[in-house]
Amino acid sequence: MIAVFETRSPIMDNSIAMNESDFPRNTGISSDALGERKISGTVGEIQVQDPRMTCRNVDVFYGNKHAIIDVSLDIGKNEVIAMIGPSGCGKSTFLRCLNRMNDTIEGCRVSGQIQLEDQDIYDPRLDVVPLRVQVGMVFQKPNPFPKSIYENVAYGPRIHGLAGNKTDLDEIVETSLRKAGLWEEVKDRLDQPGTGLSGGQQQRLCIARTIAVSPEVILMDEPCSALDPIATAKVEELIDELREHYTIAIVTHSMQQAARVSQRTAYFHLGNLVEVGETTQIFTNPRHRLTEDYITGRFG
Amino acid sequence: MQPSLLIIVLLALVAMAYHLGRHRSIATVGGIRSVPRLHSLPCYYGAYTAIWCGIPAFLVLGLWLAFEPNIITILVVADLPEELRQLAPERLNLVVNDIKNLAGGNIVTGVASPGVQAAADHFISLENTSAAALSLVVLALGILGMGAAWSRISPGLRARNAVERTVKVLLIVSSTIAVFTTLGIVLSVLFEAIRFFKIIPITDFLFGLDWSPQMSIRADQVGSSGAFGAVPLFAGTLLISLIAMLVAVPIGLMSAIYLSEYANRHFRALAKPLLEILAGIPTVVYGFFAALTVAPFFRGIGESMGLTVSSESALAAGVVMGIMIIPFVSSLSDDVINAVPQSMRDGSYALGATKSETVRRVIIPAALPGIVGGVLLAVSRAIGETMIVVMAAGLSAKLTANPLEAVTTVTVQIVTLLVGDQEFDSPKTLAAFALGLMLFIVTLILNIVALHVVRKYREQYE
Amino acid sequence: MSIAEHKPRTLDILERTLKKRYAAERRFRYYGLAAVVSGLAFVSLLFISIVANGYTAFFQTAIKLDIAFNAGQIDPEGKRAPAVLARADYDALIREALQGLYPEVKGRSAKRELKKVISSGAGFQLRERVLGNPGLIGGKQAVWVAADDEIDVLIKGGATDIETYPGEGIASPTGVEGEIKVLLTTNSFNAVLNEVKESLLRKAAKAEKGLGLAEETLARVDAEIAVIDKRVEQETAAGNLGLVAEQNAARQNLLAEREGLAGKIATKATEVADLRRRAETPGGDEALSGELPSYLVRINGGLVKAASVNNSGISGQVLLPLSSTKGAAKGSWEIVKFATPEGDRRTKDQLIAWVMRLQEQGRIEQQFNTNFFTSGDSREPEQAGIGGAVLGSLYTLLVTLALSFPIGVAAAVYLEEFAPKNKWVDLIEVNINNLAAVPSIVFGLLGLAVFINFFGIPRSAPLVGGLVLTLMTLPTIIIASRSALKSVPPSIREAALGVGASHLQAVTHHVLPLAMPGILTGAIIGMARALGETAPLLMIGMVAFIVDLPGSLLDPATALPVQIYLWVDSPERAFVEKTSAAIMVLLTFLIVMNAIAVYLRKKFERRW
Repeated sequence: MIAVFETRSPIMDNSIAMNESDFPRNTGISSDALGERKISGTVGEIQVQDPRMTCRNVDVFYGNKHAIIDVSLDIGKNEVIAMIGPSGCGKSTFLRCLNRMNDTIEGCRVSGQIQLEDQDIYDPRLDVVPLRVQVGMVFQKPNPFPKSIYENVAYGPRIHGLAGNKTDLDEIVETSLRKAGLWEEVKDRLDQPGTGLSGGQQQRLCIARTIAVSPEVILMDEPCSALDPIATAKVEELIDELREHYTIAIVTHSMQQAARVSQRTAYFHLGNLVEVGETTQIFTNPRHRLTEDYITGRFG
Repeated sequence: MQPSLLIIVLLALVAMAYHLGRHRSIATVGGIRSVPRLHSLPCYYGAYTAIWCGIPAFLVLGLWLAFEPNIITILVVADLPEELRQLAPERLNLVVNDIKNLAGGNIVTGVASPGVQAAADHFISLENTSAAALSLVVLALGILGMGAAWSRISPGLRARNAVERTVKVLLIVSSTIAVFTTLGIVLSVLFEAIRFFKIIPITDFLFGLDWSPQMSIRADQVGSSGAFGAVPLFAGTLLISLIAMLVAVPIGLMSAIYLSEYANRHFRALAKPLLEILAGIPTVVYGFFAALTVAPFFRGIGESMGLTVSSESALAAGVVMGIMIIPFVSSLSDDVINAVPQSMRDGSYALGATKSETVRRVIIPAALPGIVGGVLLAVSRAIGETMIVVMAAGLSAKLTANPLEAVTTVTVQIVTLLVGDQEFDSPKTLAAFALGLMLFIVTLILNIVALHVVRKYREQYE
Repeated sequence: MSIAEHKPRTLDILERTLKKRYAAERRFRYYGLAAVVSGLAFVSLLFISIVANGYTAFFQTAIKLDIAFNAGQIDPEGKRAPAVLARADYDALIREALQGLYPEVKGRSAKRELKKVISSGAGFQLRERVLGNPGLIGGKQAVWVAADDEIDVLIKGGATDIETYPGEGIASPTGVEGEIKVLLTTNSFNAVLNEVKESLLRKAAKAEKGLGLAEETLARVDAEIAVIDKRVEQETAAGNLGLVAEQNAARQNLLAEREGLAGKIATKATEVADLRRRAETPGGDEALSGELPSYLVRINGGLVKAASVNNSGISGQVLLPLSSTKGAAKGSWEIVKFATPEGDRRTKDQLIAWVMRLQEQGRIEQQFNTNFFTSGDSREPEQAGIGGAVLGSLYTLLVTLALSFPIGVAAAVYLEEFAPKNKWVDLIEVNINNLAAVPSIVFGLLGLAVFINFFGIPRSAPLVGGLVLTLMTLPTIIIASRSALKSVPPSIREAALGVGASHLQAVTHHVLPLAMPGILTGAIIGMARALGETAPLLMIGMVAFIVDLPGSLLDPATALPVQIYLWVDSPERAFVEKTSAAIMVLLTFLIVMNAIAVYLRKKFERRW
């Protein structure tokens, strides 16, 4: 692991000096539980009591580029886990692995094991449609379809045939919009194009669209990076409310945001998961030098 | 002097002017070492002199050659004996043609009357005078221009600026040619069409159900009024275009979707250029294919099913035209489908939609304006397509919606009316221009709408 | 609705519907694949049909004749004056050579028929030969001359299939010339007889079908007449005399039609009866008519055409004289069948027989058809070539290139580099984009009205064609050049301006050279389009029948695609292969041009 760091970046020069104690083994895991597999060099507790998703030794390649290096991480039920790190550190790539959105990228290869409940999601026999229904995703830039607000939310239920009739569909749309905190703002103009909403509203519409198929996990890829502070505040508020029903994994550039919305935080650096832990601990008392440097704003 | 010879001499003169100007500029500052004292590089002085020598001379040459035949004809006609001048315009035209043929040493119709013979002599003498005068004027202009420029050369002359100004003017002139082309099309077609509408009322033309222009070749013929109701032509054009679209749009659109959403890189790299070969094949080849392969094929099928299929059926022409338009539709659709942002696809996939659901419910609705624009452009091409229908569709203007029968189209009629001998005053010939006007207007509207729609669509995702 | 109860339902529903959704997915995918495959199928079908039709045109059937260059006939005065040599009757030499090959052919009409073996242009071939080498005169030489187009088609297998069956038993002819019989010891002709009867039956069936149709029509006409009768009755009762007259007129027409139909039905019915009778009579003499395949017997070095056939042999006309009346043993004679009925082809049996004799003597050969590339158009397919059309296309394209390239590049440079952003420039841009989509035939109308009628340039001249195509390709070249100029990054321009170059210098020295590959690519593609364009050239009269090769820009000429159009309309079968071959040449030019464009783009493609 150290050797990898050495060759990768001059920033890493300091880490050569780090002794073994800087990389404590993940004491929480007995080597039995993971069998013969190598345990990644992540600082902190990668496991949780009641995981919704478990990732073990995940590697991702884009062609020849090794984008994610041996990452293991659990995502607990009804928690918000934030993934932070400098640009290009692989946090978005990792997120996209969790509902196989990487399938759409040509030349992308994923190895290792990712499980949803007890199901290996990279099992060749697994169907990606139900997977994506269970693990929804919200993107960096709001991407409402060029359809009406109503149709945007109804899209998922429609393609999956979730609503038996118009009344059911209306109900799903309303519930989803309510949960996304958008109902009051749009209930009078459901037939207007979704693209006509403001940025923040569009993003909440996309969240409503995701909720409409009632997923278990929602992945959010920098959902607020294209929004202004007020809209951001609303989305953050929403995330907090959604935690009650859903597991949320959020990638963010903003450390403040991570601190505000998440319970656990994972710090990625150049494709490695460097440190993971309680959000308060990460931000107040980071254990890895790189995490500390990032948190204190020495780079990033 | 022959015009071609004159041009060569003039070009030589221009080259000479360049050299003279260049040398003179060097000489004025006293040798090649003092060139930096010149305002511009010596070659600019050369170009300056060459421009002064060449441009006025070539301009005059061009105008002279363009208007010489008309002016000479007018002069000859003015000198014709009184009885010939009093002839009806079309008869007079024949006489003028005779004169020209006589002067050119060609065979003329019948024996030349002394008046015509004299006129032909007159014509020849005018032509000779004109040629001599032209050579004189043009060469004199060239030499004068060269002399004037040459004498003005001095170290302070801003030759580069002058040359660049001229070049810029040339650039501007070049870029306006497109406008003049459009103007030329509109004016020439409109002018003849108006003459046509003076003979045949425009309402008869636009709403008449009967088209038989061949009736009116001679004024004394029975039924000489002819029939110029263009509705059967419009209907035939629409029928064939519709068939073409029914072939081209599904195949073109679906192959664009397949190639951009499903096919892997290698298949795409192979299939796309192969499909685009279809776009590069000349339409006359499609016409041949339609007339010799497809039409008999449909006839055979029809016969085996007990249907009578005309050997010039709208179906054959339409299908082949559709094949021709496939790559057009597919490359335009490919463009607009690729312009749909990846985030739309991601949003749909993330909700668990399959590829086809994403394509049908997100991508196509999002790309619809662009696709519609592309299809409109394709329709405009189908309407204006000529060779396929000339070779594979019929001549009989039948008002029918049956694709197995022969129909005719606007373009076919334009070609039939204008190929072969023409009298420029008969409604038969003029009708072609009226049809051309219709064709131009319709395709222009389609193009403007389509280009506008496509541009708006592009802007939406930029 | 709480999530807990919602969720299992969702997965439930998914499980139920997923199979159907994936089926729809697969279906959609197959539609797409089918679309691509059908597109590719069209491409290959097009190419296959053209190549299959056309590759034979590159070879021309030639016939070896032993020509006696008789001095008395060619040059009676013996002065070898070219004018005299040029005027001599070379066709007579050919006639004599043919006579030498077929001494049995007598009578003027037969001789005229024999002459049809050789191209009508063969005389010119000989003339060229003699004019090129007067030393030939007085000698005798074997000369390959072009065969007639019908013979060419025959040799290439386009006229009829020729099948041979070995004869069984002993066949003995009753004569060597004229009408003879060939008597057989076995029933060798049974098979033929059966085939004839079968084909008679088929014909009868077909005629019956036609008869049925005609009877149906008759019934319909009768019904219409009945309707009219009724109406006449009603209207008469009502007193609408005008309508009655109208109806009566219609009735007259129908009656006339009925009469015609009835006549047709009667003749058809006799025809059917006759065919059936012939088909069903066992044995007997069966006459072979023109609508049946031709059957011949090759025996003793000659050929006999069966006019009638029965169990004991055939009787018919000798087409090629026999050497003797000796009986021929099994295996030494054969039955020859020309599968296409004589009535359905232009090459008659006698002509085929003569050609078969030539083939046996090794006097027929397929030679490379240089004539096709060098000569102009002709009414005779074997003499027609694309030389004139290629030359016309070349002249036209030269004019187009010389005008549209500089003007197009200049316009693009102005619009991209110098033009201010105002509404005039906008107008020009919209104009160019629209002009690119105006149907080409409209440009032809413009050319006709402006260049020919207004400026008085002669019709059919490559100059006019070039001017029209210039206007047509200009938008293409401008658009391509503009995008090439646009792809040169502004930094290059700024660098040049930064060292003190004028704007024009920056453009001509730096931007334009960098954009040149893109511009050239656009120009080549524009030229390729112009080369394939036909419709505007029809408008300006480049569609004439022109035999001579054009010598200048003002000579009447035609262009390659127009030549193709002209040949498609020609009735001679041999023109089909010529047309296909001309298309192959045209496509070759286009492919080469496009390949150059692709190569340029690949080689000089630069990513900034």
